[in-house]
Amino acid sequence: MSVTSAAARRPASTRGTRGTRGARPQRSFEQANRRLKWAMLTPALAFVGLMIVFPLVFTLNLAFTDAFGAVNAGKGYIGLRNFTDALTDVRRFWPAVGRTAAFTAGAVLIETVLGLALAMLMRRPFRGSRWVRTILIIPLLTTPVAVGILWLLILDPTNGIANHLLTSVGLPPQEFLGSVGQSLPVLMLIDVWQWTPMMTLLLLAGLATLPAEPEEAAHVDGAGRWQRFRFVVLPMLFPTLATALILRAIDALKTFDILYATKGPGGGSDFEVETLNVYAYGLTFDYQEYGLASAVLVLFTLAIVGVVVLLRRRPGRKSA
Amino acid sequence: MIAAGYGRRALPWLRGALITIVCLIFVLPIVWLFAAAFKTNVQVTDPTVGLIFSPTLDNFRNVLADGEVVAALRNSLIVGVVSTVLSAIIAVPAAWAVGRFRMHRTGSLVLVARIVPAISLLVPWYYLFAQAGLVGSYTVLVLSHMFVSVPLILWIMIGFFEGLPTELEEAARTDGLSVFGAFWRIALPLAAPGTTTASVLAFIFSWNNFMFALIFSDEDTQTAPVTLFHFISYASTDWGGLMAAASLMTVPVVIVAVLGQKYLVAGLTAGATKG
Repeated sequence: MSVTSAAARRPASTRGTRGTRGARPQRSFEQANRRLKWAMLTPALAFVGLMIVFPLVFTLNLAFTDAFGAVNAGKGYIGLRNFTDALTDVRRFWPAVGRTAAFTAGAVLIETVLGLALAMLMRRPFRGSRWVRTILIIPLLTTPVAVGILWLLILDPTNGIANHLLTSVGLPPQEFLGSVGQSLPVLMLIDVWQWTPMMTLLLLAGLATLPAEPEEAAHVDGAGRWQRFRFVVLPMLFPTLATALILRAIDALKTFDILYATKGPGGGSDFEVETLNVYAYGLTFDYQEYGLASAVLVLFTLAIVGVVVLLRRRPGRKSA
Repeated sequence: MIAAGYGRRALPWLRGALITIVCLIFVLPIVWLFAAAFKTNVQVTDPTVGLIFSPTLDNFRNVLADGEVVAALRNSLIVGVVSTVLSAIIAVPAAWAVGRFRMHRTGSLVLVARIVPAISLLVPWYYLFAQAGLVGSYTVLVLSHMFVSVPLILWIMIGFFEGLPTELEEAARTDGLSVFGAFWRIALPLAAPGTTTASVLAFIFSWNNFMFALIFSDEDTQTAPVTLFHFISYASTDWGGLMAAASLMTVPVVIVAVLGQKYLVAGLTAGATKG
């Protein structure tokens, strides 16, 4: 039906272009058919509305209720109780906030530095770059649960190759994921292994768009390798770097699969890798505390939006 | 290629060596996983057995005979294919409309889907789907996976259509094709590489998805990552089987990566350089 409406409207839109001469192609496109445009958008918008916007509103509503237990049980409004409960909970909530922040900041920082170094290393063409790129995309396309399993095997305290290598060079064996203290840093490093390539690929794409002239000019003026990187390439690369950092930070904040797959519900016996995501998951599906879980999720979503806004603002000032 | 025109190449062998080391860091763990899948359970738990050993197919035989892993891989395939196809059907025309009519405010809705933590949608979805008695069905799995693939395909395809020259579509319109005709007969065929890339990535992310299936699947619809997760607790008894199952999950991804590296990199980095 959208096809017929398109055909029916076309003459009108042709007539509508003031003066047959000089109608820019782009403009006639824009004027062509408003109804068709919306017809093509509606399924996607309906999906976003039904599956994302409506659930978000639903969650926001649940956050103010005492929803608990069976999903069809009655619920009453309790005002801000869930929020005050969460914000005064120093046993699970605040440690989870701290772990989320530490995991994200640590992983993203290391990934940015290593990713940038690797991108600079790979920037100029070399033989076999096709294969290097293939190797780089494999970790980030591999199923996170499989990645977790693979590192459980490598880092197994008694039978893993990691401790075998450590002891063979005279270092003490480690507990890795078997220890409360080491679990979060180890998982951070696994995240670094999986996602540094993404940083590298994004930055390589950015580097490929940079004009060569400024660098050549700096070179002619006698700027060294480091100076060219620091004062010419880095400032030009900044928009891509900022975008890559924001995208990675959003995903790192929401890390779930690898944490849950390797440490199980609650992030381990002592909640040692329980981030906000794992905590909210446990509240919902282990404790059926839908109201409290929703409040935690509302706070978490606001925090992510806050981080995005913060990261978007700061680079502008720093880049000078 | 851009900056190659000047400067002497300092220590080319050092650069080569560094790149090689980096590659080994990223590829060796995966190789270790595949190797372990071909080891006996005694060999898997013996770190002195490296990459040279007489391989056995027993792990794969056991895993495939068990049936649970096969069913899980089949479920992952079904959910991945259906959710990807449905997502492409609704996202590609929308991406064209956003790209061609410059509806960037509508397009930026995509970012919202990227920012929102999936768990905050899981709660209401679970609430509603449980009341509707749908938990455990393919329908819910497909719908939830589309939460990832619709924004992903939109994101990639908006950029792709914006990069496509408008002249051909213009000419087709002058020749009497409707706007929809211009999309269907001109833009869509031209966009085939982009659509393929976006769909392959959407499929991989569905294939990898763990959280949604953990909640929404039951014994019959369980997808492979969830089955693997349940296997982890038996790891102490059957490392070999676990590694074989994990390898079966990973091999398709590696094959796709090798075949489509150029396109996948373009898809993964789409939109990042615009700032």
